[in-house]
Amino acid sequence: MHIIESGNVAAALGVKLCRAQVIAAYPITPQTPLTERLSELVESGEMEAEYIPVESEHSALAVCIAASSTGARAFTATSANGLLYMHEQIHWAAGARLPLVMCVVNRGVGAPWTIWNDHQDSISQRDTGWMQLYVNDHQQIIDGVIKAYMLAEEVMAPIMLCYDGYLLSHTYMPFDVPSQEEVDAFLPPYKPAYALNPDSPANLNTVTLPDVRPDTKGKTAHGYMEIRYLLQEDLLKAIDVMGSVESRFKEHFGRGGNPYYETYRCEDARFIAVSLGSLSYHLREVIDRVREDGIKAGIMSIHLYRPFPADAIARVLVEAEGVIVFEKALSYGYEGALCSDVKAALYQASGSKKKRPFVHNHILGLGGREIKTVQLYEAMQHSCTRGTKVENALQWIGLKI
Amino acid sequence: MQTKTTILSLPEEEFVNPGNRACAGCGLGIAYRIALKALGRNTILVVPPSCLTVLQGLYPVAATKLPCLNVTFASTAAASTGMLAALRALGKQDIKVVAWAGDGGTADIGLQALSGAAERGDNFLFICYDNEGYMNTGVQRSGTTPKGAITANTPIKGKFQQKKDVPAIMAAHNLSYVATCSAAFPLDLYDKVSKAVGLPGVKYIHIQIPCPPGWGFEPRRSVKVGKLAVESGLFELYEVEDSAVRLTGASRKIADKRSLVPVVEYFRAQSRFRLMTASQIKDIQDQINRRWSASFDKSGDNDAS
Repeated sequence: MHIIESGNVAAALGVKLCRAQVIAAYPITPQTPLTERLSELVESGEMEAEYIPVESEHSALAVCIAASSTGARAFTATSANGLLYMHEQIHWAAGARLPLVMCVVNRGVGAPWTIWNDHQDSISQRDTGWMQLYVNDHQQIIDGVIKAYMLAEEVMAPIMLCYDGYLLSHTYMPFDVPSQEEVDAFLPPYKPAYALNPDSPANLNTVTLPDVRPDTKGKTAHGYMEIRYLLQEDLLKAIDVMGSVESRFKEHFGRGGNPYYETYRCEDARFIAVSLGSLSYHLREVIDRVREDGIKAGIMSIHLYRPFPADAIARVLVEAEGVIVFEKALSYGYEGALCSDVKAALYQASGSKKKRPFVHNHILGLGGREIKTVQLYEAMQHSCTRGTKVENALQWIGLKI
Repeated sequence: MQTKTTILSLPEEEFVNPGNRACAGCGLGIAYRIALKALGRNTILVVPPSCLTVLQGLYPVAATKLPCLNVTFASTAAASTGMLAALRALGKQDIKVVAWAGDGGTADIGLQALSGAAERGDNFLFICYDNEGYMNTGVQRSGTTPKGAITANTPIKGKFQQKKDVPAIMAAHNLSYVATCSAAFPLDLYDKVSKAVGLPGVKYIHIQIPCPPGWGFEPRRSVKVGKLAVESGLFELYEVEDSAVRLTGASRKIADKRSLVPVVEYFRAQSRFRLMTASQIKDIQDQINRRWSASFDKSGDNDAS
């Protein structure tokens, strides 16, 4: 059924269709309407779930961690400083191998306070062991929630579904809401290999030594490093699992495409812009305009950011003359994190070839600074025409200093 | 009035294996063993980092026969909420959820989550085992360290501040049950845990835990030191139900007999109070006397309880 609703409601409807059993959330702008809608669905009886109005984001994830460890499908959502307040729990959920799904409605982080959109919140959680999917429109939000549960539960690792605050969360667009029967046929109920149970007691997440250690029967159990190695291995394998989830989704719902990224006019492109989230749709217009100027350009929007499908991304980018990364986040003291990741992928992919594409990094939109199409156009045109002659590969767009 | 448990009527089934990693003379070892007998097998525990994390053993060996979720320091009560929500969602409401946190995990870093859960009225038992300091990290002061105690970060002059009254804070949440216990009085503890688990909402039990290395006494004297805290009237055993406070066990006996052991005996039994002067101890004795004189006046009134 097609409806016109906000991005936050698209996410809430996805969570309902996935039959999340425990939902915990703390209000923070611009996430709030998503979890308000969930509380309404639960209170009205339209959705059978436990809704826990916790007293902090740290507790929101605590509720989800314990619920998932006890065998329930759990959900939370947050933004900005709420996500940062969860940081300890974010690492914990990944180490404990819990298939949580969390919507991150992207917003800049304080100080100073900002309530507007950028990607600093979720990008700063890049190294926690969570998977991260970035989506570009309302259809991708609702579909993304459904795919996220399947991916998380097959990999047994948590996942953030990230979408832009306001630009997507508070705007209204038409999208298709699948039926409950369709989603039930796609996503099986959550059945973990172990859930806390007095009939089969286990002590979860206990203190683990630097080395391996025998259990009471003499069998060697993993040390901390083995446990963490397996997390890394499983996350790398999750790249293939995502491919499989995407193709199954397409079979069931007739929608979808490349599981890792979405390209626009990249087939013959000499210059490829790279970005996350709704910005990449904004950049399509810029691609069309620079092409009118005779510049063969394209845009790659990366969906799966962690695990990073480096090979798949580099295969597209490595033949280009230039790669221009547009980012709403920054690894302060260096460059955009996505830019570093793209460079690393290109370094591997280009092998012994001496020539690699130049990589420019444009930082923009921090704290909700307006991004004008003309600015994107000028930045893209400058990068494409000046290429390696650009002295400072990191440029700020829209800075008034 | 419910029948009092005796040493002969305690369940024989053990849920804590011997040879666990508690220090010699650890009061928690006593309290944990006895409380788990009261809780029984159909229980899941929630434990933040604390002495209990160590007592339970290192992966892959566990000293406890009950399932346990280790959680982050500040999140014990919220995790208990999440576990309960999952059990409700899965139709397993018969399983009890019991949190065990130390005084740091309760009174300090864990207080926000505990207050949140108490306000929501989630149905679990929260046990604070109060050894009056961050013993697991090497005896630093906590919110419940008593005034005058030497700790690793109040090393020269002792702690300046009073002990935080967490049971009173929890009672202010209008819980169905709040009680204090001592590891030195395990049967009183057993009865209170047994009573608490059957009541609705959050129940809060605060257990004073004598700690030989943290308080500075020989391991063999744990029970003696714990008893002195209660018999001197410094630490009271009571329970609060429907806002009514009732002294229990040894504290009830003090009220009935109107006699207190001089608190100096408690202070002198431990090295952590070695800097306390006679006049400081006298001040505390005076406070105890004032507090108890009110109970002595009332003690004839509640014989029927």
